[in-house]
Amino acid sequence: MTALVLLDHEGGQIRKAALSAVTAAARLGDVHVLVTGDAALAQAASRIAGVSKVLHAADARYAHELAEPLAALVASLAASYDHVVAAAGATGKNVLPRAAALLDVQPIPDVVSIVDAQTFVRPIYAGNALATVRSADAKKVLTVRSASFDAAAAEGGSAPVEVVAAVESPDVSRFEAVQLSDSARPDLESARVVVSGGRGMGSEEKFHALDPLADALGAAVGASRAAVDSGFVPNELQVGQTGKIVAPELYMAFGISGAIQHLAGMKDSRVIVAVNKDPEAPIFQVADYGIVGDLFEVVPQLVEALKK
Amino acid sequence: MKILVPVKRVVDYNIKPRVKADGSGVETAGVKMSMNPFDEIAVEEAVRLREKGAASEVVVVSIGVQQAQDTLRTAMAMGADRAILVLTEESPEPLAVAKVLKKLVEKEGPSLVVLGKQAIDDDMNATGQMLAGLLGWGQGTFASKVDVADGRVLVSREIDGGTEQVSLVLPAIVTADLRLNEPRYASLPNIMKAKKKPLETIPAADLGVDMAPRLTIVSVAEPTERKAGIKLGSATELVEKLRNEAKVI
Repeated sequence: MTALVLLDHEGGQIRKAALSAVTAAARLGDVHVLVTGDAALAQAASRIAGVSKVLHAADARYAHELAEPLAALVASLAASYDHVVAAAGATGKNVLPRAAALLDVQPIPDVVSIVDAQTFVRPIYAGNALATVRSADAKKVLTVRSASFDAAAAEGGSAPVEVVAAVESPDVSRFEAVQLSDSARPDLESARVVVSGGRGMGSEEKFHALDPLADALGAAVGASRAAVDSGFVPNELQVGQTGKIVAPELYMAFGISGAIQHLAGMKDSRVIVAVNKDPEAPIFQVADYGIVGDLFEVVPQLVEALKK
Repeated sequence: MKILVPVKRVVDYNIKPRVKADGSGVETAGVKMSMNPFDEIAVEEAVRLREKGAASEVVVVSIGVQQAQDTLRTAMAMGADRAILVLTEESPEPLAVAKVLKKLVEKEGPSLVVLGKQAIDDDMNATGQMLAGLLGWGQGTFASKVDVADGRVLVSREIDGGTEQVSLVLPAIVTADLRLNEPRYASLPNIMKAKKKPLETIPAADLGVDMAPRLTIVSVAEPTERKAGIKLGSATELVEKLRNEAKVI
């Protein structure tokens, strides 16, 4: 059996979450990948360990991963595959359901575990339940949670690259512009350490109190939905049911109460630390280590202690 | 221009879901049900477009049991003009829902379909994309801003590393993300008025759509709970634990 993985990219780089999709697909069989954009991206794809063939959709219409042309291409290529897989990120969730509709297949999103070639585990109700589902479709179309599968090594492979021709699709959409937040910090979904702030951060300005700690730990910065809704930080930092799902080695929550919707996004982290003024905050029920106190005092103390 | 807004009746977002003892699903009997929060945002956006003069009529549709009428009345209290209930006892998957909606789109002829990006029960995040695929329409998913002008819709989309804008030819599909708007509360007079707005019921079987599920639920289980750990007195102690006990830094 062979699986086709749609590798998504951003800012000229293959997203790390896509490497986790390669690992998941390898559980299902031989792995071919489909990548759009320039030749450098196709070359990067060919070096991923475990990939046996790269399909490069070099036509300019695919460069921005627009769903309308890309789903049509995925659906036409799917004829040769048993499984179509992508990371459960913005691109995979935009493109794969559309491709599945073209194939008359019910997609299986957010897979966290593969039982066998037909059977998958996925969270429902914001992770309050885990459903094991078996698909009766001839082809399986799935997105996988990157937090649940290790990333494949970005180097070590040498797969051949085949350029695939464009296919017909409705010409109804046009890419206009993109604004990526420029950050020197690691990607939230693949960082080893995540430092997150909540409503307790107080303001956009005071949210930066976390920066020295994130710098000291080489951590990504995240936020609760409350902090995003209060306008402290942009939405792409949101961790939770309606934001990003993360599972770092260490997750540190500052001024986050621990609403169910936030816990859904980080409770699979290996070690959780919570700092909150309220000793009754639900976040302490999932934290391995907690400090009841003022985060604006604790954060500088942590930065100092880390220097020792 | 007509806007169609599909809405789903789900377990209220304030209720902690409980897995049934036999592992067949999540308990919904006797549980408070409400409109899917993302669908409320979709209704709000459609009503705002009509209020701005960009649309002439907002039609809401739900596919489900008789009680989904309440959800439709809520949408009409928010400002939708009329409602359609596609009656079924089943809980159809996104593929079947998209096929039913395609039939309704062919019947109603909307220029825009606005949906919530996902339902908070099955968390599928698929129906809008699938409907767009079946219709061959453009799709602006995870929308944080929507502007309709000159036969096109400009959609700002939430993506992993920021935001992007796509321009779609009408008719088109938009799926609402959280930041698109803040839905209004329905006022009492509007709730009363909504009771008199037209609500048409169509048995799902009359649409001639194959709604058979493709996925079998093998089991539904509670996730393993984390246990609360220990409280520490100082930052120094925490760093020591992280270094020597947890060994994560």
